[in-house]
Amino acid sequence: MPGFDFSNHTRNAALHAKGVPLPKATSTGTTIVGCIFDGGVVIAADTRATSGPIVADKNCEKLHYISPQIWCAGAGTAADTEFTTALISSQLELHSLSTGRKPRVVTCMTMLKQHLFRYQGHIGAYLVVAGVDPTGVHLFTVHAHGSTDKLPYVTMGSGSLAAMAIFESQWKKNLTRDEAVALCSEAIEAGIFNDLGSGSNVDVCVITEEKATLLRNYKTPNVRVPKEQSYRFERGTTAYLKEMVVKRKDLKQYVTIVDLGSSAPGPSGDVMELDVE
Amino acid sequence: MSNPFSINGGAVVAMVGKDCVAIGCDLRLGMQALTVSNNFPKIFSYGDAFLGLTGLATDVTTMSEIFRYKVNMYRLREERDIEPQTMANLVSSTLYERRFGPYFVSPVIAGINQRTGEPFICGFDSIGCIDFAKDFIVSGTASDQLFGTCEALWEPDLEPEDLFETCSQALLNAVDRDALSGWGAHVYVITKDKIIKRLLKGRQD
Repeated sequence: MPGFDFSNHTRNAALHAKGVPLPKATSTGTTIVGCIFDGGVVIAADTRATSGPIVADKNCEKLHYISPQIWCAGAGTAADTEFTTALISSQLELHSLSTGRKPRVVTCMTMLKQHLFRYQGHIGAYLVVAGVDPTGVHLFTVHAHGSTDKLPYVTMGSGSLAAMAIFESQWKKNLTRDEAVALCSEAIEAGIFNDLGSGSNVDVCVITEEKATLLRNYKTPNVRVPKEQSYRFERGTTAYLKEMVVKRKDLKQYVTIVDLGSSAPGPSGDVMELDVE
Repeated sequence: MSNPFSINGGAVVAMVGKDCVAIGCDLRLGMQALTVSNNFPKIFSYGDAFLGLTGLATDVTTMSEIFRYKVNMYRLREERDIEPQTMANLVSSTLYERRFGPYFVSPVIAGINQRTGEPFICGFDSIGCIDFAKDFIVSGTASDQLFGTCEALWEPDLEPEDLFETCSQALLNAVDRDALSGWGAHVYVITKDKIIKRLLKGRQD
């Protein structure tokens, strides 16, 4: 990574010293979970993005691709989860190309934690890392300050308490794939309905030894009912003072394209005159 | 001193219709409660991509020029116009590069992808998180009001002329309830082969 540009930092710090508040970033005040089952691992997330008390995006994606068999769920500052996972995904791809091996989940987790620790928590990415590699099935959490956990079931984000309540009351050993998906989805729903920072739909990703399956909008318990009335305005309602119309003209008006067949006189485009004897 | 996002005021909205998109902005430039100009457009065109910028006016101008430079360089390298989706990633990475010293702007992109013909809109926070929306994007000091008007007025598959009315009314009525926005508006309606730009008649108070 070329690195961050701090050239505005002095200006913004001076502004901040005069009492200017920091800009509010889109945060994924999220519920994300993960759970290991026999033969694989499943992670799940809600789909609400917030900016303060405003719901900025009702159906955002919080499940990030790292490598074909490693996926990541992100909570915290939305831009940070997006870019941190993309950065590590890119480094891991190059690493796997140079070693000629499949990327490992521990490698991914270590790269993430070292990156986040270097920035001392200022990169606000809280992640659930899951995947299957030649060494087996793995599930980790990574906090913004760089600490990590390795557990059979994990939750993160503002809805983590609601989700963990489901896991602590219903989790058991040796779950099947379907049981794990149902359990994770129920944990996310607990977050959706009981945590204000989480909402809308459930996204699930199931990773087994063979493949990863992303189940986008696996559950949609908050579908908006169609409007009963149309508020369409009559054309001409809005008064305007000026109008400018730009039309895209056909390129052929400016360019003549001639097809040079083999019968066309002279040398063809890719043969130099010298070559023609 | 107050929030840099609400010193100068301003509002931008973008909407998706049937094979078309609309993007609109108000024209006010203020310093706190004092209006300095009533002709400060916040929408900039970069080939097929239209970029709306609200926030601190100095950063709005700076960013519009940064993107003019970057898009011109792209055009020279690629010998083609930038697609809206590519523009979105350019804006996102440009903003995230300044993660720890951001520009105080909330950009919005609208356009039609010339290769696929699909309408595209998206919004960003000041550090580059992209909000892909299928319906509408709002930004600026009137964003709370715009969320209300858009949520009520927008419906899917509006024809270009109907989208113009819906987008304009959503914008006009929102900025009339915001002291820091208004004083006229520009609305662009973009279809695959035609761009209509209109100067709306708005309240001058």
